[in-house]
Amino acid sequence: MAVTQTVEQPASRRIVIEPVTRVEGHGKVTILLDEQDRVKQARLHIVEFRGFERYIRGRPYWEAPVLVQRLCGICPVSHHLAAAKAMDQIVGVDTLPPTAEKMRRLMHYGQMLQSHALHFFHLVSPDLLFGFDADPAVRNIIGVARKFPDLAVQGVMLRKYGQEIIKATAGKKIHGTGAIPGGINKNLSVEERDGFLKDLDQIFTWARDALKIARDYSMDHLKELADFGSFDSNHLSLIRADGAMDLYHGGLRAIDAKGKRIFDHVDYRHYLNYIAEEVKPWSYMKFPFIKALGPEKGWYRVGPLARLNTADFIDTPEAEAARQEFMTLTKGKPNNITMAYHWARMIELLHSVEKIRDLLHDPDLQGTDLVARGERRPVGIGLIEAPRGTLFHHYEVDDNDQIVRCNLIVSTTNNNMPMNRAVEKVARDFLEKVEITEGLLNRIEVAIRAYDPCLSCATHAMGRMPLEVEIVGADGRLRARGGKGVEIR
Amino acid sequence: MAKPRIATASLAGCFGCHMSVLDIDERILDLIELVEFDKSPINDFKKFTGRCAIGLIEGGCCNAENVHVLQEFRANCDILISLGECAICGGIPAMRNTIPLRECLEEAYLHGPTVHNPRGRIPDDPEIPRLLNRVYPCHEVVKVDYYIQGCPPPADAIWAALTALLSNKPMELPYELLKYD
Ligand code: SF4
Repeated sequence: MAVTQTVEQPASRRIVIEPVTRVEGHGKVTILLDEQDRVKQARLHIVEFRGFERYIRGRPYWEAPVLVQRLCGICPVSHHLAAAKAMDQIVGVDTLPPTAEKMRRLMHYGQMLQSHALHFFHLVSPDLLFGFDADPAVRNIIGVARKFPDLAVQGVMLRKYGQEIIKATAGKKIHGTGAIPGGINKNLSVEERDGFLKDLDQIFTWARDALKIARDYSMDHLKELADFGSFDSNHLSLIRADGAMDLYHGGLRAIDAKGKRIFDHVDYRHYLNYIAEEVKPWSYMKFPFIKALGPEKGWYRVGPLARLNTADFIDTPEAEAARQEFMTLTKGKPNNITMAYHWARMIELLHSVEKIRDLLHDPDLQGTDLVARGERRPVGIGLIEAPRGTLFHHYEVDDNDQIVRCNLIVSTTNNNMPMNRAVEKVARDFLEKVEITEGLLNRIEVAIRAYDPCLSCATHAMGRMPLEVEIVGADGRLRARGGKGVEIR
Repeated sequence: MAKPRIATASLAGCFGCHMSVLDIDERILDLIELVEFDKSPINDFKKFTGRCAIGLIEGGCCNAENVHVLQEFRANCDILISLGECAICGGIPAMRNTIPLRECLEEAYLHGPTVHNPRGRIPDDPEIPRLLNRVYPCHEVVKVDYYIQGCPPPADAIWAALTALLSNKPMELPYELLKYD
């Protein structure tokens, strides 16, 4: 049938694989064992490719914020806003009217809330509540809803509140149109504001609860979690001029595993001087690194853990108190524990709710000055701290208003090498010289899931992603295959 | 009587349509009373565990594996629904159809301003699947029974369609629920 026709890829060294063995492999882990059953190689392969950077060429620049978000329906707001920030520069605007900036921030914190709630409650809580070895048939959100209905409702409602905020600021819950080059296309009506204020106390209670669950889980299991898929690494995020965590805007800060600054307050429009991405033949996802350190030493982590590590403080009181407690665990030094991502993520969730409260009380949201204008420029580079980490958008536009170049480094791509390290660490610690069980294989997913990989962005698949794990012995025979359901041979 | 089973898949989509299913919010608790979920990215079932009444497909087909999954859904589901623009007409990923695939790969892995690729090799490992020559909408690959449009379709439209199908009533999608953006 013509439809199943595949095309030869350039520089192809490919052997033909029957698709039938490759069900649902958006993300795939392969582990090779040597003669002694030790791990020789462990890799996370990303198996999807889109080509966005090429096919966006020729489109008018104002389409980018609505087009590019269709890379990812889980955090579309992040792409929408990063592209809009780049387009602000294209239309020559450096400072937005206060109403526009604050509406965008409100949209962004709504996004942070819904995405973190989705990840924690819908995707991760089954592992934490039922255990890594639990029956895969109940180890999912529906299992949670049956056994812990209150908790499931809490997760659903936190996410809903975030989604409603997005709708009120962007026009739609998914793939909205709110941010436009130079500003925003609506303000927040008094009725909308009052609707949100009414539910705010309840949302605060649930957010504090969520943080407590993540914190208590981490502290109670600290012994087993501390080393689980963990390793030293550099960390990168945007940071506000005074060193505060800022999820919407700032300069780039990178630190090493001990906390030493690699660079600080870098104007992100110069990111090309600092960041590059290595291409490896076995994954469609590239491997970013800090140029000065090179690909071997320069890779870094992004996302909630990295942001907690890079920030000097958080500018909202409850999240700041939580941050201080979090940092005492490592005596103020960077925390390199992979599983600490969950705790850090819930600190950010509470921070986002505090920010939403502050913004809702700000009369600027009812302002009517929505768009600024300036002189057209050829290049626009927009960065934002997306739920999963630093997101880079870079566009060049010609005199015809057509995009001639586009470069994206999405959050999950930044965590590519760390996820591979986590996989390798778990494989070495749990899978060498043992009888392989579903629970052990699930541990690989647990470690990857800590990074909340949104393979949708880089590719498409979600947190509890269609991940396939394959273990191959020295004789080249497949020993076990797992992930979603397991087959042990 | 056993509950009807629902399966969902994301092919070349962005997961926005799945998110829109979750946007039925509290009604998700009603839904799990009405149906069993079979193979879906939100749970850990890798294979179909039984015959399904409804299969929801997000995204079109961009590689050989998408085609395989779609055919598997057709074989295992009584009713197959194309959910959203990507499934119905290819959507944004199909923008690559007018451009040779080689150019897309070269832009991403050779010419991008941050690319570090001293050996100039484009990912080609046997572990990653082969891309199709273009992105196909689902109904060009298998028979599709229903189409719910929108990018993504509104949660209320998905809810209206599912509840109508599950209760054997005619589907009513009022004008306000028909979105094309
Ligand atoms: S139709 Fe829209 S929301 Fe659905 S998968 Fe495609 S781009 Fe995403």
